[in-house]
Amino acid sequence: MKVQRCKGMRDLTPGEMAAFRLVEGICRDCCSRWGYQEVRTPTIEYLYLFTSAGTLTPGRLGKVYSFLDWDGWSGERVVLRPDGTIPVARLYIENLEDRGLARLFYATNIFIFEEEGEKTRERWQCGAELIGAGSAMADTELIALSLEVLKTLGLKGVELRLSHAGLIKTLLEKLGLSPEEQHRLFDQILDGDAEALNRINQKKPELENTLLPLLGMKGQSPGFLKNQRALLAQSMPEIGPYLDDFLQTVALLETLGLSYQIDIASGADFEYYTGMIFQLFIGGEKIGGGGRYDALISSMGGGDVPASGFALYLDRLMNLVKPEVFVKTVPERVLVRVKDAGAMKEAFEVADGLRKAGYIAELDLGEQEPDAFRWVIEVKGEAVPLSLWDGVSSRRVEVPAITEVLKLLEGEGGDKDSPA
Amino acid sequence: MAIKIALPKGRLLRKTAALLQKADWGLDEYHSNMGFYRPKSQKFPEILIRVFHEKDIPVQIAMGNYDLGICCLDWIEELLSKYPSSDLVKVKELLYGEGVLYMAATSPLAELLQNRSLVRIASEYPNLAERFALKNRLSRFSVFPLWGAAEVYPPENADIALLSAKAGADLDSYNMAPVSRVLDFSAFLIANRRSWESKNLGNVVTSICDMLPKNGEKGHSKERVIQPRTLMSHFMKETGRNMVRLALPDGHQQQPTIDLLNKAGIEMNDYPSDTGNRRPKINIEGVSVKVIRPQDMPLQVANGNFDLAVTGRDWLAEHLNQFPSSPVKELLDLGFGRVRLVAVVSRELAVDDTNGLRQYIDESGEPLRVASEYVNIADRYARDNHLGHYRVIPTWGATEAFLPEDADLLVENTETGRTLARHNLKIIDTLFESTACLIGGTGRVNSVKGKRVKYIIEKLRTAVQGA
Repeated sequence: MKVQRCKGMRDLTPGEMAAFRLVEGICRDCCSRWGYQEVRTPTIEYLYLFTSAGTLTPGRLGKVYSFLDWDGWSGERVVLRPDGTIPVARLYIENLEDRGLARLFYATNIFIFEEEGEKTRERWQCGAELIGAGSAMADTELIALSLEVLKTLGLKGVELRLSHAGLIKTLLEKLGLSPEEQHRLFDQILDGDAEALNRINQKKPELENTLLPLLGMKGQSPGFLKNQRALLAQSMPEIGPYLDDFLQTVALLETLGLSYQIDIASGADFEYYTGMIFQLFIGGEKIGGGGRYDALISSMGGGDVPASGFALYLDRLMNLVKPEVFVKTVPERVLVRVKDAGAMKEAFEVADGLRKAGYIAELDLGEQEPDAFRWVIEVKGEAVPLSLWDGVSSRRVEVPAITEVLKLLEGEGGDKDSPA
Repeated sequence: MAIKIALPKGRLLRKTAALLQKADWGLDEYHSNMGFYRPKSQKFPEILIRVFHEKDIPVQIAMGNYDLGICCLDWIEELLSKYPSSDLVKVKELLYGEGVLYMAATSPLAELLQNRSLVRIASEYPNLAERFALKNRLSRFSVFPLWGAAEVYPPENADIALLSAKAGADLDSYNMAPVSRVLDFSAFLIANRRSWESKNLGNVVTSICDMLPKNGEKGHSKERVIQPRTLMSHFMKETGRNMVRLALPDGHQQQPTIDLLNKAGIEMNDYPSDTGNRRPKINIEGVSVKVIRPQDMPLQVANGNFDLAVTGRDWLAEHLNQFPSSPVKELLDLGFGRVRLVAVVSRELAVDDTNGLRQYIDESGEPLRVASEYVNIADRYARDNHLGHYRVIPTWGATEAFLPEDADLLVENTETGRTLARHNLKIIDTLFESTACLIGGTGRVNSVKGKRVKYIIEKLRTAVQGA
């Protein structure tokens, strides 16, 4: 009987894993350099962490892996982590709230029950959360950090789309819908339902001239927002603070010379956003996004703490990264072959010496294909105990000691890790 | 390949039988007193017909054991709400068996949500109940899955109950009112997706659909959902902190239970009840009684909804297999209702023990289908005996009829073994013996209540020992 992996789950083979680790490593390095500290939350959380209004949209809640665990006699369900941000917010409340400002990052898997066979149900993401700061500078820091990661990965053609949750909500209030309908429409927009606005359009034609163009507005400069502000100052004064908030972030991005697109009705999947929302695309594919969620921590029983964050989708990034970006970083592999059974100890020592010098040393178990290795060392345990075979020049050199081997490898420009 | 069709017992039986009669199927044994579950049709002698508990039918269709089935939309949606990618096609609404699923309560929902951080939902439809809770953004909720009698849980043991009724007015008799109309349902003809795509089911489907009223109007009238006033507040008063809450079984364990209670000098008023009263009176002060399904009792006791309950050791074991840390335990063996839990295969299978079963699995190359009412005991049994790749099929009674076509192994209870023998089955293993028992929580209770609990246990112990 052939045992297969679960539907919707993915294996990462050695080649894929190398790409994964590279992307994850660059995320980690960048976040660390900006002062973010790594955290890890459990795979299983209580369902109710995610069910309160203002956390996950119904579309996402309908796809959680929820079940009764061994303590499930209380009828309370647990879930496989469906989102990265909410558990980190919980971790902050439980462990770090006295700190005030916290810069945290994580690399984790999240689980979403997708029905279509193509989509994977376990996804990896690397995210950063900036908790305790509520300024345009904080928003800009996150955007700049996420762009830096993508740049370091050598990715080109990154598109940054901006929106503002407060703005969307205020505009929806103006559509004259019941609170329930507003809520539903907001969720639909966040779930990425581009048609949601058009359906309203048909129902209330009198709104066509004023509000809907606003929700559909797109632009590429602070001037655009200022124009909108001038236009709306009279008719919709309540929208002023949100536009001002948005303007500040946009102006800062402008100062830093970062290009962006304003697209108010762009979806973002999460109901917890309260302010600026940003999304990152390459070639039309979404590769990450984030935003401000100032109400989340207080709604979960924590203090009134502003926060924002982002997540980058590792599964998608690892497919986009060009192989040459990470090929160089892999050290040279050397095969260590024992010629004489009595030389076993020496063989282990030679391999150890190679590893300490930063090479990958594999012991020949008789199964390896020597062609996959440029260098093969034979350990003979005789007067001249070692012989080094160079697969490129097809030359064999007899060497007395490991130090000589290292010199020879060095001279040939063998790539290695810098020794610890 | 022959067409296989699953027909319902229970609430849909009479009207389904009438429909097929009208369609001239000429079924030989499809009525409420049937002993076997495999009727034959004169019109379609080649098709295989099996009669199931209605709740089993969507599962059987989705698994592909049957090509076509008839059951109500409530059970279809219960499956699809948790497993939306099930291989099940809704072919045709059959315009009978109408009902409504209501979320019902004894007080308005807003009031409930205000006063509680945790909303307790009791239902035979746990998946639909969860979907309701998520859709209505109940932030924290518990779903108590039930075998039945959901109407008796609110207000003490649950805040709301998801249950079926003909109309909202029917809930009056339970002193409840609807807070939400969750689903309008009626009988449906359903098909397995692959069968529907690949098999010719035309003749059978046509013969059924031709019998339906031409411009069939659905019987559902739109009624307004009226929020309940705060009803039956005296129930609340009854549940003081010193009150001992005792759960007694419905169904066939009622007679031996009342016999034992009487022997212990405990008198009941209206138990067993002719009118379906589930709140009989007892002659001990400070004790209130509810009549619920024995299957549901361990979970209820674990959650502190009852202090004492008369159930079977099989159901306690089933609960503890699923939730090993659950705070519920056996207090007293009541001695009656003796059954054995056994592993059963068809007599036609050359398997006599678990060794033979493992060998059979190795040779067949297909996953072993284990059918049981005791899903968690069956799962544990399959795990402990290394039955390899297996699937547990939950059933709701009459499991013995699943062999040999629809399952390979049963985990079943048997009193004498006669029913099993009549169905051409053989026992290959005995898991354990079960009798009725008194169960209670493992936590501490206050001293007044503790004394009352002890009084009841001692009375029953004396009666059992004198038996």
